[in-house]
Amino acid sequence: MTRPDLETIAKWVAPGSRVLDLGCGDGSLLRHLWERNQAHGYGVEIDDAEVLACFKNDVNVLQLDLESGLALFQDGSFDCVILSETLQTIHRIELLTREMLRVGKEAIVSFPNFGHWQARLQVLAGRMPVSAELPHQWYNTPNVHLCTLADFEDLCAKLGAKIRERVVLSRGRPVSVLPNLLGSLAVYRITA
Amino acid sequence: MVGSVGIVEAKRAVFEEPFRFRSGAEIPRFELMYETYGTLNAARSNAVLVCHALNASHHVAGTYAGETDNVGFWDNLVGPGKPLDTERFFVVGNNYIGGCFGSTGPTSVNPATGKPYGADFPVVTVEDWVAAQARLADQLGIERFAAVIGGSLGAMQALQWALAYPDRLGHSLVIASTPKLSAQNIAFNEVARQAIVTDPEFHGGHYYEHGVVPRRGLRIARMIGHITYLSDDAMMEKFGRVMRRASLGFDFDVDFEIESYLRHQGDKFSAYFDANTYLRITKALDYYDPAGDFGGDLARSFARAKAAFLVVSFKSDWRFAPARSRAMVKALLDNRRIVSYLELDAPGGHDAFLLEDPRYHGALRAYFENIEL
Repeated sequence: MTRPDLETIAKWVAPGSRVLDLGCGDGSLLRHLWERNQAHGYGVEIDDAEVLACFKNDVNVLQLDLESGLALFQDGSFDCVILSETLQTIHRIELLTREMLRVGKEAIVSFPNFGHWQARLQVLAGRMPVSAELPHQWYNTPNVHLCTLADFEDLCAKLGAKIRERVVLSRGRPVSVLPNLLGSLAVYRITA
Repeated sequence: MVGSVGIVEAKRAVFEEPFRFRSGAEIPRFELMYETYGTLNAARSNAVLVCHALNASHHVAGTYAGETDNVGFWDNLVGPGKPLDTERFFVVGNNYIGGCFGSTGPTSVNPATGKPYGADFPVVTVEDWVAAQARLADQLGIERFAAVIGGSLGAMQALQWALAYPDRLGHSLVIASTPKLSAQNIAFNEVARQAIVTDPEFHGGHYYEHGVVPRRGLRIARMIGHITYLSDDAMMEKFGRVMRRASLGFDFDVDFEIESYLRHQGDKFSAYFDANTYLRITKALDYYDPAGDFGGDLARSFARAKAAFLVVSFKSDWRFAPARSRAMVKALLDNRRIVSYLELDAPGGHDAFLLEDPRYHGALRAYFENIEL
């Protein structure tokens, strides 16, 4: 559990929940949720190496492309659908967010905050931001849709999604003042 | 240490009891050929059944004494230190009923007539194969398999095990398969069957009595089948438009390498495979449709299953394309079953399930390692 958003997510997932972790990477969150909360479920991942790591981590993984939606999953079939630090790599974010709210009773979304002051400063200085949360250069980044807290909240409003909880972090610590400026990572809990 | 299971011996299980087929037909007794690798543990909890596809047999791994070239069809998967590790698992290969590698089938003698069954051997189904395998498991003292694994129509058997005997397996590994054939799949099978039954030496299936085999028909059937096992890309990469002779012949002999390859495959196959078995296997494929009894609702047909599943597909497999595997995954998810799904971007076409791909074999290795005995 190295990424700071994962502990927040784990606290929000009720014991015994059925979870779907989209872009689950090596499956360590799912494994942690199982060990900590006896929450069970499936990960969705497309990358071959990550999928293999999931097998080694003994978590259920489905090798699927999120861009085509969540057609394999029934309405309301999960207590919680998680999209942790994956949102910014998705092309069809509106579709996927709608699908998450269809499939899950709630959704947890975390993403790097492009409104963080360091990012703003770097843009002001005429450069694309590079930071701990955004470690890639502009030419090799997998990220396609970066946003700020305000941007994401606008999208939720547009989709009619209700924000139930929000935790904003900086260097792993919660930020309460000026979150869109001082927070580098945001975690949202939303429902339809 | 990764190694081979070494020299193995085929065994014969004899069942002096009638076997009733799904069609209603019955035979008074039957035999099944099988091989085992590794050791059944004291708890009898480490057995894995391997189901073969169209042209393979009970010979899954290793070689036979004096036949070092006769390597089992899934030797790259099964052995000490291999993904299906025989140091840990007791692996059972079998030749299905109706086969032509020693299990009771059309070439066997019909006790009622003293002659080979030939055309009189019943049409077999995937359900029949699995029912016969369950009798073999009984005889071997295996109440429950840790896993049943197969590729293509072998995978249909692995799936059918989970549906017919939900309490008798822990895991079902369904690789490069489909829960039913498409019209195109059936069409290819029908062309293959027509090639066989219209061969003048078919004699209505009683060709043994005439001392001949419908080799031309079987050869064409195999050539057609072989095309569907490979992807367009794989075929192009392997053969391209490479010529067998210096220039175009302007006749109908072999110009291109691919023609030579198909002829060779056809010749080889028709020399050892039984045409009556081939006809029956293609029918078994055509008939398999577990959702058929549930108004086409695959999810409802899977409700019986209790096993955990691993479903694997290959993107270049146009015979049983990934969408068919995803349909099975969806039906399992709808039933809240434990399932993992691997959809590999591998070039080998349908036959990719027999190839050694580090992603594929890595996943299988991890999957088997995580099976609790």
